[in-house]
Amino acid sequence: MSTMEPAIVAPEKLAVIPAARWWRGLPTAAAGLVVAVLVAAVAPGHGYTLNIIMQAATYAIGVAGLVVVLGYCGQISLAQAGFLGIGAYVQAILTVHAGVPFLIGTVAAVIVCGIFGLLLGFASLRLGGHYLAMVTISFQVILTLVMTNWIGLTGGPDGVSGIPRPAGLEDGHAYLGLCLVLLVGAVLFTWRLKLSRLGRAMQAVRDNEIAAGTCGIDVFQIKVVAFGISAMLGGLGGALFAGAFSYVSPDQFTFDESIVMLTMALLGGVQSPFGALLGTFTLVILPEWLRFLREAYLAIYGAAVILIMIFLPEGLWGWAAKRLYRRAPVVEGSLPPLPLLSQTAGLAGENALEVDGLAKHFGGLKALDGISFNVRRGSVHALIGPNGSGKTTFLNVISGLYRATSGAVRLANVPMGTLPPHQRTKRGMTRTYQNIRVFRGLTVLENVMIGAERPGNDVRDPAAVVSRALSALDFVGLRHDASLPVGSLPYGHQRYVEIARALAGSPDLLLLDEPAAGLNSTEKQELSELLRRLKGHGLTILVIEHDMKLIEAVADHITVLNFGRCIADGTPREVLSHPEVIAAYLGEPVPA
Amino acid sequence: MNFAQGQFSMLGAYILLVLFVGVGLPYWAAFLASIILMAGFGVLFAGAVYWPLRNRGQLTVIISTIGASILLPNAVLALYGPSPATVPTLFDNPGFMAGSVFVDTQYLSIIAFTILMVILQYLIFEKTMLGKKLQATSQDKEMAAMLGIPVAIMVLITFAYSAALGALAGVLVAPVLFVSVGMGATIALKAFAANIIGGFGSIPGAILGGIIIGLAETLGATYLSTPYKDAYGFIILLLVLLVRPQGLFGELIAEKA
Repeated sequence: MSTMEPAIVAPEKLAVIPAARWWRGLPTAAAGLVVAVLVAAVAPGHGYTLNIIMQAATYAIGVAGLVVVLGYCGQISLAQAGFLGIGAYVQAILTVHAGVPFLIGTVAAVIVCGIFGLLLGFASLRLGGHYLAMVTISFQVILTLVMTNWIGLTGGPDGVSGIPRPAGLEDGHAYLGLCLVLLVGAVLFTWRLKLSRLGRAMQAVRDNEIAAGTCGIDVFQIKVVAFGISAMLGGLGGALFAGAFSYVSPDQFTFDESIVMLTMALLGGVQSPFGALLGTFTLVILPEWLRFLREAYLAIYGAAVILIMIFLPEGLWGWAAKRLYRRAPVVEGSLPPLPLLSQTAGLAGENALEVDGLAKHFGGLKALDGISFNVRRGSVHALIGPNGSGKTTFLNVISGLYRATSGAVRLANVPMGTLPPHQRTKRGMTRTYQNIRVFRGLTVLENVMIGAERPGNDVRDPAAVVSRALSALDFVGLRHDASLPVGSLPYGHQRYVEIARALAGSPDLLLLDEPAAGLNSTEKQELSELLRRLKGHGLTILVIEHDMKLIEAVADHITVLNFGRCIADGTPREVLSHPEVIAAYLGEPVPA
Repeated sequence: MNFAQGQFSMLGAYILLVLFVGVGLPYWAAFLASIILMAGFGVLFAGAVYWPLRNRGQLTVIISTIGASILLPNAVLALYGPSPATVPTLFDNPGFMAGSVFVDTQYLSIIAFTILMVILQYLIFEKTMLGKKLQATSQDKEMAAMLGIPVAIMVLITFAYSAALGALAGVLVAPVLFVSVGMGATIALKAFAANIIGGFGSIPGAILGGIIIGLAETLGATYLSTPYKDAYGFIILLLVLLVRPQGLFGELIAEKA
């Protein structure tokens, strides 16, 4: 490993990129605190209005948790009211029955919720979509049953009353001030989280789990963490809720309330904590104005959920933010060169990749049937073969997406065994996909930053990551598109974003799965140029491709697959004149 | 996946109630009419809740049907009030004694209808071209469209069929459970749980899942603790999901890279 700090663009130039600004959010935080204190001072110190604001403030902290798990990480949770309930009950039981101080009760509530959140997160190991929704509903229903029936602990349907407020903050103004300050803290935390490495990883998991895995992200761990953070925010909201109303009961934290919280998040905009804030205050205060609808308010929430999903998928805040969005300016000036040869290069033998008797069977189908070949360090190695010959399966086995039936894969002499994709990426291989897998909810730059954040890469701090990502984008010629949403680029350019993402991780071995698929002839020419430049830098590349012109232009070595078997292996000249290869492509019988 | 499926049963039962008790139609006519009306409602439902979101990912549709599952019972609640109503049984004879066990006619007719519907469903889905087209649509809409299957019509048929089936379940259990706005949620969550335990798309799995949940709740309530009756089914569901997420009879479908 090199101990030298990687070269980066001057920090003052990088400051136009939000994620590279350490002080980002400080002015907003200060403004938020001032508003919190003002509202607390101006609001009435007791009575109905105070209760409404208090309810909105404590709920909004929980709804910010939904932003993390649903908005950032794309995992549905229909148990957020349950987490508020756990937090509120922990606070109530500890302060009332055990005489614990409020602050310690709050910390305990957050910790207990975090533990339950992690447990629920573990359920997301192999489950997504409606299965996960069902798990969270079950969790919510069981929680409500426990709150109602475990009378010894929870007081049953009567709940717990007489919950104290912290010493010195018993007054309505003071306690509301505490709630609002913590709300500001929760909102800012959630907002900063989105721009952090962890937040980017969550969004990558949301947008494309498979690509997230091969970018080195431990998908399962990220989901569990998202559930944990979400539950902790729920617990904080619940703990404050208990102090606000000095009384908790099971009917405050039912499945219906979870739906109400979901509606709040969706209405405001589930991509931003500001949306959560807006949605929560709207839905707490609005029904008070529309009292005549009280009978039907849940029906209206239900209808609102459907209408929001159809007409306002980004929520109120998302809708407004899109119209106010200013594109970050282009970073000017020269960029440090992209370090294409990673730190480990040249240390571990002459082969970057060794494949030994690799087989993959799907039931009776032998997609790969004992493949062996080596990829020499510094070479461009092409893997070709007719459709259905097992090329993409091979790449998926190498990168850990499929488990091999038998055989061995060694990356720089290190056996890969049954390592999952993110562990293989950590050890130095990155890849692209035949059907482009970019993270659609993120900008071009953020996509490539996720590549630069590959575990095992030499860049760590945000400025260096941004700088490395910009260098990678510069290399593929997309530097000026850095702040655009990736989905707004044409198809060919999205492919370059994917290549830049793989390059930003400074891999030992780059795997390209049909990079020319879907490109027009000009774009193919550019791609060929790009691959030649990569080759010039000495990067080891294993490329699957159909386009023979491209292969002939860049490949040092060709391996040919047919029906899951290796039928030829050698230099382009040898392989392309091999009779069995010609037969496989042209369908002629092999001459005896 | 439709989280409002149980609400179809609730609506079916309410339509039966309105037509039979309110309008005064003969029982069999109200019975048939509620199923036919619900098939029509299924088409409306598909058009409002599913169709506008069909290209926007699974999560969006899930959330939208959850919205519908909140809207429907609460709309009925606002219109009809919270008090549960009773509906007469299909047959006048309440039941008979088989040895020392009393056999309720309504339960017998539920079982008979279930067997009938399972056979009918098997015949439709496995033996007819329509069934094949429906299955093709559910597995891969794009491919189905390319093969000339009218995907929109198939989706509407699916929703109409499932709404009608839901309504049938609703009118059958109505005399047993009472008709209330909450019945949909109970039916939906349990049916859904049974489906997951058995494995999505497997009819024997769904039946076995239902039996497992019923047994777990009854045995749990008898031997462990009665107030937690509703929890046992869910606990079994959580265990099944953690150990064998594809369900007992389901096949694991991996995403293709």
